Amino acid sequence: MTAATITARRAFKSVPLERAPRRPQTPVAFSFRNVGKKFGDKTVLEGIDLEVREGQFLAVIGKSGCGKSTLLRLLAGLDRPTSGQLAHDAGKTDHSRTRIMFQEPRLLPWARVVDNVAVGLTGIAKGRQARDRSLEILREVGLADRAGEWPSVLSGGQKQRVALARALVGQPLILALDEPLGALDALTRIEMQQLLERIWLSQKFTAVLVTHDVAEAVALADRVVVIDEGRIVLDLDIPLPRPRRHGTSELARLEGLILDRLFNGEAR
Amino acid sequence: MRKTLANIGHESAGWILPAVILVVWELASRAGLIATNVLPAPSAVAEAFWRLLKSGELLENIWVSTARALSGFVVGGAIGFALGLANGLSALSRGLTDTTLQMIRNIPHLALIPLVILWFGIDEEAKLFLVALGVFFPIYVNTLLGIQTVDPQLVEMGRIYGMSRTQLFLRVILPGALPAIFVGLRYALGIMWLTLIVAETISASSGLGYMAMQAREFLLIDVVVLSILIYALLGKLADSLARLLERLSLQWHPAFQRA
Repeated sequence: MTAATITARRAFKSVPLERAPRRPQTPVAFSFRNVGKKFGDKTVLEGIDLEVREGQFLAVIGKSGCGKSTLLRLLAGLDRPTSGQLAHDAGKTDHSRTRIMFQEPRLLPWARVVDNVAVGLTGIAKGRQARDRSLEILREVGLADRAGEWPSVLSGGQKQRVALARALVGQPLILALDEPLGALDALTRIEMQQLLERIWLSQKFTAVLVTHDVAEAVALADRVVVIDEGRIVLDLDIPLPRPRRHGTSELARLEGLILDRLFNGEAR
Repeated sequence: MRKTLANIGHESAGWILPAVILVVWELASRAGLIATNVLPAPSAVAEAFWRLLKSGELLENIWVSTARALSGFVVGGAIGFALGLANGLSALSRGLTDTTLQMIRNIPHLALIPLVILWFGIDEEAKLFLVALGVFFPIYVNTLLGIQTVDPQLVEMGRIYGMSRTQLFLRVILPGALPAIFVGLRYALGIMWLTLIVAETISASSGLGYMAMQAREFLLIDVVVLSILIYALLGKLADSLARLLERLSLQWHPAFQRA
């Protein structure tokens, strides 16, 4: 199943799996040019230059308070940069096709699971059509049989899967994920990572995952960016074939590289 | 089957104690332990009930009192709800009116009775005004509180998904405020009856309170006790209706889900 989707993806993109991700002909999904953000006197981000191509899976790593969540909020249009420029889709400043998924599921407790997913279709589809599309995406995340339940009876992992379905049902071009797996237990996390990878491979959106889990970043991403004190201090391609298995020596080597950079930053 | 029986047993358990009290009371009256001019036997109260029911007096008075209670409730509740919404949603409106309302809230509304009699006499307006004022504050305070405590993360989520202001209000803010609004509603229903009883006892020419006061003049203690019992039943009825409404509209709330 996974192998089949990978082949399909390869045919679609006509690039080898071990591709160098930044091929010039792939259009840019979004770019940050010298972006800075201040809250009052406090500089949170400074001189961020980042160009991400369509369909890329980018992971952003950093210690708490390094500005990685702010980066995501800028991308989703929840905040505006204090300086510099942020461009979407070669110039369009339309945030409507960017979805953000938070650490908390943020489901409406008074709406049934399927209606919570349909919130993702606000202004896109209504009524019967919205319901059908919601049910379809629920099937994709493996929760079709829970469509009529209240969110309060679901487990943490299931709630986060509903939130993922809600983010995806409107077929976003960019999916921004703000530590969406941070509150889950270790086994549910791995399950969710696999689900996320499978859906990303089949839907081909651009994914930006903010995380503090280095193993998660190298397992999922094409490219890892490390932020420290508001600046990008490392930009690393992860040209490994998928599906990746946890605990291989190559993943461990990259993980070590990133951790070194993170803790060198602290020593300075 | 056994489960439904158990359910019925569970729901009727609350009525065992009142029934026991009634039986003991009746027996004590018949044995002469309670003087009839202090407290009439339940059978005497039942007789009074039957007598007044046949004459039509009872239903007439219950109807008059209920109509007063409900119209006062609708007026006061609607204004309280509207102001609660306005002040919960708009900082400008809150800044302008909240301080004033909080000051008025600290006056016990029954303290206004002398003033209300001077303004309106003992006509219907006086009772309507008092009930409306009494009901206003619990509804206002709890609606405001409910809206202010809606999870801001959910509101942000609604905005991100492009909800319009109306959609945000109907799908996120109002349902989020509903549990608190129901608390206010049930509290207001209690205040509604309390205010009405006091107002009718002091000044009225019809209604349950009037019936009780008339009976006192003629030393008809069975009718006095009957009026009190009917107040208790009406209060319980109103509360049960509110609970039913609450259960129907808050099905999503874990507190209202059956295991």
